[in-house]
Amino acid sequence: MTTDENRHDPPNKLKAGWRRFWKAISVPAFSVLLALLIGAFILWITGSNPIEAYVALFKGAFGSPEAVARTLEKATPLVFGGLAVAFAFKGGLFNIGGQGQLLVGAIVAAYVGFAFEGLPFIIHMPLALLAGSLAGAAYAAIAGALKAYTGAHEVITTIMLNFVAINLTDYLANGPWKAEGIIARTPPVLETAAIPKIGVYPLGFAIAVLMAIVTDYLLFRTTMGYAVRTTGLNLHAAEYAGIKVAQIVVLTMAFSGFLAGMGGAIETLGVVGRYQPGFNAALGFEGITIALLAKTNPLGVIPAAILVGAMQAGGPAMQFQAGVRFQIIDIILALILFFVSADLIVRKILGSGVVDEDKVTFSSGWGQ
Amino acid sequence: MTQPVEETVKERISFNASTLGKAAIGILGLLILYSYWNNPQVTTAVLASSLRQSTPLVLGALCGLIGERSGIINIGIEGQMLLGAFVAFLVNVYSGNLLLAIAAGLLTGVVMGLFLAWMSVGLKMDQIIGGTIINMAAFGLTSFFYQTGLTTKGKLPTIPLGPLADLPLIGPVLFNNPPITYLTLILVIVVQLALFRTVWGLRTRAVGEHPSAADTVGINVYLTRYVNVAIAGSLAGLAGAYLTLEAVGSFERGMTNGRGFVALAVMIFGKWTPLGSWGAALLFGFATALQTQFQFMGTINIPPQFIGMFPYLLTIVVLAGFVGRARPPAAIGQVYDPE
Repeated sequence: MTTDENRHDPPNKLKAGWRRFWKAISVPAFSVLLALLIGAFILWITGSNPIEAYVALFKGAFGSPEAVARTLEKATPLVFGGLAVAFAFKGGLFNIGGQGQLLVGAIVAAYVGFAFEGLPFIIHMPLALLAGSLAGAAYAAIAGALKAYTGAHEVITTIMLNFVAINLTDYLANGPWKAEGIIARTPPVLETAAIPKIGVYPLGFAIAVLMAIVTDYLLFRTTMGYAVRTTGLNLHAAEYAGIKVAQIVVLTMAFSGFLAGMGGAIETLGVVGRYQPGFNAALGFEGITIALLAKTNPLGVIPAAILVGAMQAGGPAMQFQAGVRFQIIDIILALILFFVSADLIVRKILGSGVVDEDKVTFSSGWGQ
Repeated sequence: MTQPVEETVKERISFNASTLGKAAIGILGLLILYSYWNNPQVTTAVLASSLRQSTPLVLGALCGLIGERSGIINIGIEGQMLLGAFVAFLVNVYSGNLLLAIAAGLLTGVVMGLFLAWMSVGLKMDQIIGGTIINMAAFGLTSFFYQTGLTTKGKLPTIPLGPLADLPLIGPVLFNNPPITYLTLILVIVVQLALFRTVWGLRTRAVGEHPSAADTVGINVYLTRYVNVAIAGSLAGLAGAYLTLEAVGSFERGMTNGRGFVALAVMIFGKWTPLGSWGAALLFGFATALQTQFQFMGTINIPPQFIGMFPYLLTIVVLAGFVGRARPPAAIGQVYDPE
């Protein structure tokens, strides 16, 4: 790895490039393969045809432009959920409150979307999107401020705030912001606030990719990102270095909530078209999975989210065509996460040298 | 490391009940007596319900803290509970035997605990990932293998403890409960004593605070962690069995509904001590019971969702106002590598 890269003759450079590519891709690819094999075994012993099931799953996720669009649509909120958890992790905080922040962002975006009439698209849509994101940011900042100024642990407060948000949004969709009719939901957002599609593909996914790049830039190329990462690595060292730790903690949570809130807003403005209770309740926890699959790297969140999104998009097709319960997907995802993280096992099978040496630790953030 | 381990450990165990806390408990006691004077039925019902609501949370918190005291973070409590609930349910459906079902729930928890220990000790994986894998796998497995239409054969009955159950107020609240609720009360005291008064407890805390020092004096760090996380898992499995066999009487997909995460919160709230966690879980159970009572009475003109927020808001306020910063065991989450 060291000598190969320093030489300048082209063949070796090519070889080094290939080796680097292989190093980055081999473990995840191998993990997916291994997980699919074990999944196939489970399907086989429960009396289903694994090949038929996987073909249906793949076709449902990538078989047509509509299928790809569905995959991207499913992946969009996952990118945001993953980014929110990953960003907080980098700052040494464990944000389990993605669900609450997403709900608050979704309903505020819906409100701005249906209540503000007469605005042109160019103002209305960004306004609704921003309002949802800021609502998520403000909601997460509560947990950040409680952590910074009273020492209340963010794991507790974000979990509690999830339940508060479920009740709060349920109240709003049942009461003041309720649409005409029996169902507890808001009126549809106006056409000027809806996030359009490009052909069949959702524009929301492009926004998600953009935000992943922004998050990466913010973390690794700015002073603020440096302060966040330093605080995450060692709170006391950060304090000695003159970083205002309390402010950074609030800011980290706020930006994490901003991302989750934006995910909720895009789901409302681009997919569902209104807020209705029960929407995407598991997203906050799926965010943890995505962040871990991506090893908390903001750019790695994109392929991780596409992988999970593809499984979710193809699941119903698999159930319909092959008669396999789509819950097998959760088992396969758990296995993928297991093999990606258990590099000792993969190292044994693939031989050493292919495994990325930098180990991720999130747990350090627990005790601060 | 200038401070000896023993002293650091001692410093952390002292559960500091401040004057404020004692005053609060006193006022709460007087309030309960006053409300019992006014309306004995409702007061008794709310208190009895508080205790039962708190049972799975206490068990989950005990599971968390036994692992964490030895240095292993467990965010997979939710999954351990869910799978325990599912296996206990299945065994009851097919065997019709309640005791066998409880044993199966416990055993499931142990297996999941060993899996977590193997991931974090054997494979040196990040412990938060390990817990997440358990949660995902449990959710996937239970949803995949669950079939609608299965019904349990019987539920654990309440067992009144003779004349004790006839005492006013205390009788129906403490001495007229189903078996797992009794067992939980005993377990709180047993774990508290074991953690702070036995060799096992001292070793556990040493391993969780300063594993290399523990290693030097001849404590097997890895073995301690394996044993603790396995024992802890059995408690989460018991909490699952409580849900299917004692509280609900059947299984539903995702029926733990975040209780494992609330248990995690309860554990931190209780500052990693069994008695503290018990208090925190009781507070949470009390708030939940009050909420149900408010909704049941329907006399107060507040939207039900605001009453629904009550337990969670109360937890936040108490935590931010009175409890403050919590200190976890020092070596938590770190891979121990002697080289």
